[in-house]
Amino acid sequence: MSSLARRRTVDVTMKAISTGFALISLCALAWILLTLLQKGLPALGLNVFTEVTLPPGQNGGLLNAIIGTLIQVGGAVLLGTPIGVMAGTFLAEAGRGSKFAGAVRFVNDILLSAPSILIGLFVYQMLVVPFGGYSGFAGIVALAIIVMPVVVRTTEDMLALVPSSLREAAFALGAPMWKVIVFVTWRAASNGIVTGLLLALARAAGETAPLLFTSLGNNGWSTDLSQPMASLPLAINTFAGSSFDDQVSLAWAGALLITVGVLALNILTRFALAPKK
Amino acid sequence: MTAIADASLDRAKHAEKARKKSPNGPRNVPGAGLDPIFKAVLYASGLLVLVLLGSIIVLLFQGGLPALIEFGVSFFWNTTWNPVTEKFSAGVMIYGTLFTGFLALLIALPMSFGIAFFLTEIAPVRLRRPVGMAIQLLAAVPSIIFGMWGFFVIVPLLAAYVEPPFITVFSGIPVIGALFKGPASGMGMFTSGLILSFMIIPFITAMFVEIIEAVPAMLKESAYGVGATTFEVFRHVSVPYGRTALVGAIMLGLGRALGETMAVTFVIGNATRISASLFAPGATIASTIANEFPEAPLGSLKNHSLLELGFALFVISFIVLSISRALVRGKSS
Repeated sequence: MSSLARRRTVDVTMKAISTGFALISLCALAWILLTLLQKGLPALGLNVFTEVTLPPGQNGGLLNAIIGTLIQVGGAVLLGTPIGVMAGTFLAEAGRGSKFAGAVRFVNDILLSAPSILIGLFVYQMLVVPFGGYSGFAGIVALAIIVMPVVVRTTEDMLALVPSSLREAAFALGAPMWKVIVFVTWRAASNGIVTGLLLALARAAGETAPLLFTSLGNNGWSTDLSQPMASLPLAINTFAGSSFDDQVSLAWAGALLITVGVLALNILTRFALAPKK
Repeated sequence: MTAIADASLDRAKHAEKARKKSPNGPRNVPGAGLDPIFKAVLYASGLLVLVLLGSIIVLLFQGGLPALIEFGVSFFWNTTWNPVTEKFSAGVMIYGTLFTGFLALLIALPMSFGIAFFLTEIAPVRLRRPVGMAIQLLAAVPSIIFGMWGFFVIVPLLAAYVEPPFITVFSGIPVIGALFKGPASGMGMFTSGLILSFMIIPFITAMFVEIIEAVPAMLKESAYGVGATTFEVFRHVSVPYGRTALVGAIMLGLGRALGETMAVTFVIGNATRISASLFAPGATIASTIANEFPEAPLGSLKNHSLLELGFALFVISFIVLSISRALVRGKSS
């Protein structure tokens, strides 16, 4: 009996510890969010949305950074999505089972988890060095390389969920392969693909490391893709280490904006668009 | 004679044409002519993924080559990083990358097992989805936010309340004392490992939960049937059953931790020397690249050395991620 008592004690202890661990990680999330609200909300004045970044003491804002982030993330999605959807479709439909597809899937999995700073270095070598300067376009390409593998993965996963009978029915009606894919399988999987796209977008929006050596950041107003371009993460990175209080609080305002945006996208996609079980 | 031969030749040509038009058989499908183009686009996109990784390897290697030629292969284990004398090597950063990565795993592993146990066996069914999702949200928080939170909240806290008692208690003891040497700055290897662990816990936990949920109910029920407790079923049935995939998930978490940049750059202290102490400032490959790149003009030896560091990080991540993938996909498919 004492052995049973001991086993029960172990069981209860482990249950308590596990619950405690779950609570700790929930607390970490709450703590981060509370810190952001506490330091970011007071700094979130109208000037944040109407002014560009100015020298300390001049009540500057983050308008150029917000616009820069929208441009670069938008561009990355426009560039990365078609390639990603096509490559994902290749994996799920055209190349299914082939060795070549296996290699593509393996490489895509590596790209999916590869350190984002290396993507930045790669684009620096590919676009910044040969073309003589940091540019918003290089930032877009770097973020597109972050977006693409996520899209490939979700597209393949979602297409795999489409029942074969649907495809066979379309083929039986005499549709060629491209019509079957475009009008039947893509349409059936569109919700899932859009979910993956939004999650990829959320990930790209918060990325800092790949932009450090590509779009560099810009304190002034710039929507010119051939010039260095500001973005929220880069502005946060610059201002968080500033010795001026107003710049630090601007960094917190930016941090609050980007986190709320990213988490809202995540919650929206996971709750609203997630496949119901 | 010739007329007949001509006619048969004609027929053969027609048949050939028809076959070319629709490769799948004799049917004459409207729009089928686009199929080869569509397929070509699909294959090209797949190929592009391969080419992308190939170019990353080539460009990083090419960028770092001058540094490799200058310093030789010992670049990877020497420990000098001196911008003044232009002597660079990767030893300190590789040590820092691996050290913080393993520290992060050390903290994240028990936590992830615990949370997975909680989410699969303990929590009421109604709580599982929201709690699981909240923990997933932790993974969505951008790296730089973790960095700011670490720098402004965790670092002062550690410096004031956590590190000093450890230093006073342990620093006198030989061997163990070396782990806790130095001033309590709040920045350093331990802080980086701690922040990293919170960033990889959601990833590892999500995969753990998926793996544990795939354990056949029959196996678990048999164990319950012979009187095992919930924890014993988890420990002796579920975990051994998913062993291979679990290790794969852990490696994926490690892969994430090794390449994490912004969060670590904020809290590691960026000192380019090796110290055994948990509380000493250090540097990882990613933090060094992020930190020193602005002061490394194009074409300088430092610029090439940073690119070579990037190549080293790529090789390390590639190995870890390949192992992870082999273990995870190998089990599930």
